[in-house]
Amino acid sequence: MQETAPTLAPAPFEPTPLERALLDRFQRELPLVPRPYAAMAEAVGASEAEVIEALARLQAAGVLARVGVTVAPNRAGASTLAAMAVPKDRLEAVAGLVSSFAEVNHNYEREHRFNLWFVVTAANRGPVEQVLASIEARTGLAVLDLPLERPFKLDLGFPLRWR
Amino acid sequence: MLDPVDRRILVASQDGLPLCVEPFAELARALGLPQTELLDRLRRLRERGVIRRIAAVPNHYRLGFLANAMTVWDVDDREVSRLGPEVGALPFVSHCYRRPRRPPDWPYNLFAMVHGRSRAETEGHRAEIAALLGNACRASDVLYSTRILKKAGLRLALEPPASPEMSACSA
Repeated sequence: MQETAPTLAPAPFEPTPLERALLDRFQRELPLVPRPYAAMAEAVGASEAEVIEALARLQAAGVLARVGVTVAPNRAGASTLAAMAVPKDRLEAVAGLVSSFAEVNHNYEREHRFNLWFVVTAANRGPVEQVLASIEARTGLAVLDLPLERPFKLDLGFPLRWR
Repeated sequence: MLDPVDRRILVASQDGLPLCVEPFAELARALGLPQTELLDRLRRLRERGVIRRIAAVPNHYRLGFLANAMTVWDVDDREVSRLGPEVGALPFVSHCYRRPRRPPDWPYNLFAMVHGRSRAETEGHRAEIAALLGNACRASDVLYSTRILKKAGLRLALEPPASPEMSACSA
């Protein structure tokens, strides 16, 4: 699926105070208890049913990607960030080829000479390298292989600074 | 190491927990595990750092954060370990990593993802990082994302890793 950003993006979603509180407080950690939504409800002063309903509404609106588990890079397998400088007239075809690999979970177009950036993930380093080699062979274009060397900050969300 | 049950749990839970009163009980039923074992294993995976977070993950575009940029910096190797955590601590930076340079095409070794509601706001953030890095930074660039072509949860292969690389990048 393709999202268009930023020029054709829809107007920003305006969350209710409860929805804001849920997004603000639970980007980092959900209570690991049998009834997590009841625990969240207690923390924000709402009922369990209201929390479940608000999360469902946020999900339906596309504001909440998911309530779920994020796996740390390279802890459950191997991954790398890869980049290619693709001639403009070939970008659609090359991007389509890259996205067609099941091992590619993120693929972004960026404004730069290196205009295609993607993440390749597999059970170990061997298949990651095979995917990169296969993309190079099928496109005739070089792929930059930029594996993570050291994390200074993992993606733990960031303050949403409502206004 | 991840045992096969851990792997099945990670695969089953990445797309999101069900929005019902007892989401872990439902997930446990789907996996054929007791709920207590599922919760114990999730806790242990989180403690070991295999799971980075179990949380509500917002879509920042829909909330008006339209100017999302990868900022990249060529930082002196002797300084990057000290400065990296300082860049990572800035509130508008969501992730910050050290990656290898690939000269001559790619001279940058520090990556920081920056989010703003407009390019002007994001450029302000970038200037703040530049000021923090000072003379330790020789060159920098910014790459705005213009299109998300594919974004999926991590698809873990069900077979276990064949090599000890699992710990290779887990500083």
